[in-house]
Amino acid sequence: MMRLILAALALFAAPIVSQSVYAQQAMPPAPYAYVQLEDPALEAEAAALMETLRCLKCQSQSINDSDAPMAGDMRHQVRSRILAGESPAQIRSWLVERYGDYVSYEPEVSSTTWPLFAIPLLLLCVVGLVLLRRLGKRRSDGPVSGEAS
Amino acid sequence: MIAELGLAALWLSTALAVLQMVSGAMGMRDGANSPFAIYARPAAVVQAFLAVLAFFLLLYAFAVTDLSIKLVATNSHSAKPLIYKLTGTWGNHEGSMLLWVGVLALSGGLLAGMERRLPEKTMSATLAVQGFVALGFYAFLLLSSNPFERLPIPAVEGGGLNPLLQDIGLAIHPPTLYIGYVGLSVAFSLAMGALITRQVTPDFAKVLRPWVLGAWVFLTFGITAGSYWAYYELGWGGWWFWDPVENASLMPWLAATALLHSVSVLAARDALRTWTIMLGVLAFSMSMLGTFLVRSGVLTSVHAFAVDPERGSFILALLGLYIGGALVIFALRAGSISEGKRFTVTSREGALVFNNVMLSAILAIVLLGTLYPLLTEAFDVRVSVGPPYFNPAGAIFAIPMFVVMAIGPLLRWKDDKPARIQFELALLASVVIAVIALVAIFGDYSILAVLGLALSIALAIAALLPLRGRNIRRVPVATWGMICAHFGIAVALFGMASESAFTSEKLAAVAPGDTVEVAGWNIQMESVDPVAGPNWTAIEARILAARGDEEPTILAPQSRNFWSPPQPTSESALITRWDGQLYVVIGDQAGTDANGNNRWQLRVWWKPFVTFIWYGGLLVAFGGILSIAGRVRVDLKRRKAVEMGKERREDMDALAEGDAIDGKGGTGGNTSAAEPEPAE
Repeated sequence: MMRLILAALALFAAPIVSQSVYAQQAMPPAPYAYVQLEDPALEAEAAALMETLRCLKCQSQSINDSDAPMAGDMRHQVRSRILAGESPAQIRSWLVERYGDYVSYEPEVSSTTWPLFAIPLLLLCVVGLVLLRRLGKRRSDGPVSGEAS
Repeated sequence: MIAELGLAALWLSTALAVLQMVSGAMGMRDGANSPFAIYARPAAVVQAFLAVLAFFLLLYAFAVTDLSIKLVATNSHSAKPLIYKLTGTWGNHEGSMLLWVGVLALSGGLLAGMERRLPEKTMSATLAVQGFVALGFYAFLLLSSNPFERLPIPAVEGGGLNPLLQDIGLAIHPPTLYIGYVGLSVAFSLAMGALITRQVTPDFAKVLRPWVLGAWVFLTFGITAGSYWAYYELGWGGWWFWDPVENASLMPWLAATALLHSVSVLAARDALRTWTIMLGVLAFSMSMLGTFLVRSGVLTSVHAFAVDPERGSFILALLGLYIGGALVIFALRAGSISEGKRFTVTSREGALVFNNVMLSAILAIVLLGTLYPLLTEAFDVRVSVGPPYFNPAGAIFAIPMFVVMAIGPLLRWKDDKPARIQFELALLASVVIAVIALVAIFGDYSILAVLGLALSIALAIAALLPLRGRNIRRVPVATWGMICAHFGIAVALFGMASESAFTSEKLAAVAPGDTVEVAGWNIQMESVDPVAGPNWTAIEARILAARGDEEPTILAPQSRNFWSPPQPTSESALITRWDGQLYVVIGDQAGTDANGNNRWQLRVWWKPFVTFIWYGGLLVAFGGILSIAGRVRVDLKRRKAVEMGKERREDMDALAEGDAIDGKGGTGGNTSAAEPEPAE
């Protein structure tokens, strides 16, 4: 009986499975999409880079976390380039050249992104000023008084 | 019938919100003399009842899958399990906005029904503001997102709910977050009421505090639950990705955290008056901004928003009206409110001010990183801002904050000498240095992770230090709350740092019988079988996982395909141990091995101490609950003491008059029996 149910389920699920297999076979072979590099140090380098690259077909996911075929293809690119001796920075700029700034979760200072860096610096100054005003002034006031108010 | 009742209830609530606003405004102007002032409270209470009723009617429509209602037809399906029919009520735009408005009305009703400590004028102003806020959101619901809209012809079958949302995590985390978001509306109204009537006093802070604490507890719990839901449901092992939706819940939490500390200073020390008001405005502004981000569609694409801008612009207009209005009132009144009592840098207030500034700065970074990509997208420049930006930029302010958080609770109010706590300072500094040295010897980890580990351990010790030299049994409950919450932050920080430093990952294509090894775990794939659920089919792997020589545990990760709407999801399988979690996901089929057996993609992580993140979150929320309980207890005691004192004075008066010389003496209590405000 159990076997029969399983067989029925298998039949039911078969189209879905074959579809996904087909989808994979339709893609150009990307051996490193789901295969880690042998050298753990290189793999760690690749993983760190892949975590900061956006899967362009998904919503808010890095290519490391996505099952989309395109993400797999990009993982293959990253891993094989790391293996070929390229540095993560080189690979990132190659991908940015190809897909635009959008692909990298790590914005770099450029004509379009400078406020992302200028504003935190400004914020640091503002924070410093606020703290000086709120806390620094008290020192020159001498001993704390005004308690009676 | 149900839909029409719901709609009628909503319109009636709207009318009552108008009444509440007008009556409140009258009371604010004329005090108790105005004959109109008496309507504000009952209007708020009845409104709460009606708005909650409307929500329950929609819940019922979802439970019975009433396909003549457009919202049900688009978002539900008759074959769904009942629990997901119910949770589907708020798994969509209109339903979740109705929940939002229901909670808003409910908190307004609770405030109106229970709060009797504030001066009547302040209360009237507060209720007027609350009515005004509610009115805007009723208008939004009724004019642009009516949840009760009927279809001309009932649908034959519903469209179904997004499979990712068909999970028990969804059942709890959005409503919890909404209660937190909207609970802050009361803080906003109270702050405005106090500002308008110039009543920014410690008494006002004591009224405000339970609302802030309550909302904050729900926010903390909601964020924790949401993070865990994303972790196990999305199937990629991450617990936070600085996604705009996550940030939308984090920003109100940061503001509320700053607010609750500021409120405590105002209540205990009558300092930081303008800060408290400003943070009250900021916290609810962030709630509304979060609602705008999540609900306007602006996140999927700015252009999609531009094509159908009705809802988005409506919320944006409300946002502008309320925040702008609040800031104008603040600008007009802030000058007339003095800062309150003074303190030095090296005092507990000084530490709290420092950390409130740090929290606000972190909030500004998160806000910038969330809004900037939306801004540039409007000009057709697409940039991504992700963890590599948020982590270091946030850490600039978070690290000093954790340092001060460790020291602050050890300082005295008003003024203190650092030399008094030099033993504690030396202890904490040596812990930080020792941990950094130890971790640096063992391996090469990112600097933020190492700092996180060191600070978390120092913080955990520091959280317990306020107990030193005190009689444990006499520590007030509210102080236990603070200790628990600060300890929780340390625990969560430890989990985060440990997860990011020590996680090991393994990818493999395995056939039944094959074994994978990761971080001392042996993971053997036994079989892969198809299975089916009520509205999905799946491939389920049977996996035996064992650490060392122990008895293997059976795991069954699934790769599911939902058929209405069609969408694949990964159901991860987890083994939880005290020192971490094993996380297993099965992916697609990956060819065949040498013997012709099918191989499957397997992704396995060992995440040391990752669970501490959520244990920590729960501890923080529990600390908040303890704090509320402690305050309420002290408050009740004080009220009782005041009453007894009054009785006794009456008795004394009677004695003095001399006509009850043999009467009973004092009834025992007096006002000084009330516990002093627990210092924290």
